[in-house]
Amino acid sequence: MADQTLRKPSISVTPEKYQALTQQYTPKPTISKNVVRAFIVGGIICSIGQLFINFFITLGMVRVEASTAATATMIFLGALLTGLGVYDEIGKFAGAGSIVPVTGFANSIVAPAMEFRREGYVMGVGAKLFTVAGPVLVYGIATSIVVGFVYFFLH
Amino acid sequence: MNGDDITVNLKRVGNQTVVFDNPPVILSSYSVVGPKEGKGPLGKTFDKVWNDGLHGEKSWEVAESKMLQEAMQGAMNQASVQKEEIDFMLAGDLLNQIISSNFAARQMALPFIGLYGACSTMALSLAVGSMLIDGGFAEKILVGVSSHHDTAERQYRLPTEQGAQRAMSAQWTVTGAGSVLLGRSGEGPRVTSATIGRVIDFAIKDVNNMGAAMAPAVADTILNHCQDMQLKPVDYNLIASGDLGAIGLSLACELLKQSGLDTGTSFTDCGVMIYDESQDSHAGASGCGCSSVVFAGDIMQRIKAGELQKVMLVGSGALHSPTSALQGESIPGIGHAVVIEG
Repeated sequence: MADQTLRKPSISVTPEKYQALTQQYTPKPTISKNVVRAFIVGGIICSIGQLFINFFITLGMVRVEASTAATATMIFLGALLTGLGVYDEIGKFAGAGSIVPVTGFANSIVAPAMEFRREGYVMGVGAKLFTVAGPVLVYGIATSIVVGFVYFFLH
Repeated sequence: MNGDDITVNLKRVGNQTVVFDNPPVILSSYSVVGPKEGKGPLGKTFDKVWNDGLHGEKSWEVAESKMLQEAMQGAMNQASVQKEEIDFMLAGDLLNQIISSNFAARQMALPFIGLYGACSTMALSLAVGSMLIDGGFAEKILVGVSSHHDTAERQYRLPTEQGAQRAMSAQWTVTGAGSVLLGRSGEGPRVTSATIGRVIDFAIKDVNNMGAAMAPAVADTILNHCQDMQLKPVDYNLIASGDLGAIGLSLACELLKQSGLDTGTSFTDCGVMIYDESQDSHAGASGCGCSSVVFAGDIMQRIKAGELQKVMLVGSGALHSPTSALQGESIPGIGHAVVIEG
């Protein structure tokens, strides 16, 4: 808080009233539009993944192997599109639809790698690679451990 | 002065304003912008438009520093002033330790005063530069202010290739550098007064709504300026804040209205002027390059053409850092006003 003994701000609106004014003037997030776009683009990305699974099965792989190969292919495509400067445009349009699938995870690793390459391979790429994906990994792995324990004790 | 018999003839008026005895002259101005700004509604008012933000340099940071140098060199060339004639270089930008300005100053090799006022840096530099000249400390001062969309993104937000959606209230950092050459004498518009702002914090914590964080500071500075100078907003042809964006501008208007000051139609914002609706900037522009290029380009040209006689530029800065924001601190805002008369 500012020193109350000094000359007060000249505006005759209190900070509390200003919070309400700010809410009134700030546009609401376009949730319905975002949800529809996320559903469509996320669905398309997952359908492409399914196409790859089917394709790898026709090559003679069993289902688990085909899933792994398809995931690797989608990661490659996500990384490639990030490198070509396309994935951020998809992300701007689709939001969660392109962040949640594994292609989005690839994007969140490749984008910092490209960005911080100029600071060197150790303190740049090495140190900053997980700036975006780091929290997802930390809490994803932590959650999986907790769920694993629960599963272990329940069975 | 507490019984002291030395009388000092202060040029300060009221609480926060200084009025210049010999108003410094704006001898020239020059602006360099990136491609997005070049395509905007003010595209033709800029002296130079780069085709891409990297401009053949090895990093965005080096490019921003080059842009600032180009703007400052351009201002010197336009006034046919040599480096040797300049007493001080005043510059600032948004990056940590103001590196764009520091590295530009290394190349310029002029006595250098680095300034940080976030997006208010242009108005702040003009105010400080004018005080130095009117105070008798300098004959000519070169002012330069820059920001770069990609250097700001990677410092304040996310890597540039990250596929994320921006908030509707977010503003787009301008890639641009503006420079102004101030002189004690000569032909041109004059800086007649300046109001140094106070830091005002109305507890806005959303870093995606910086216009809202800065609006109270801008309103406070305008109120104090008008009170100190015994003037009204209608006494100005143009009051341009830089850069509140659309939300911040509406909020500042509302705050002034509720405080009994009618701004009429003369109040606008550099962050609203520089992009149009189709450029997807959301709430408008930000970055200290914004008010510097709009002032050095459009506003200066309109003053010189006689279209505007009296302009108030109110630079607005959000004085937070990524660290303070993550630690849950609110965003302190500041507004500095300079008055330019043609």
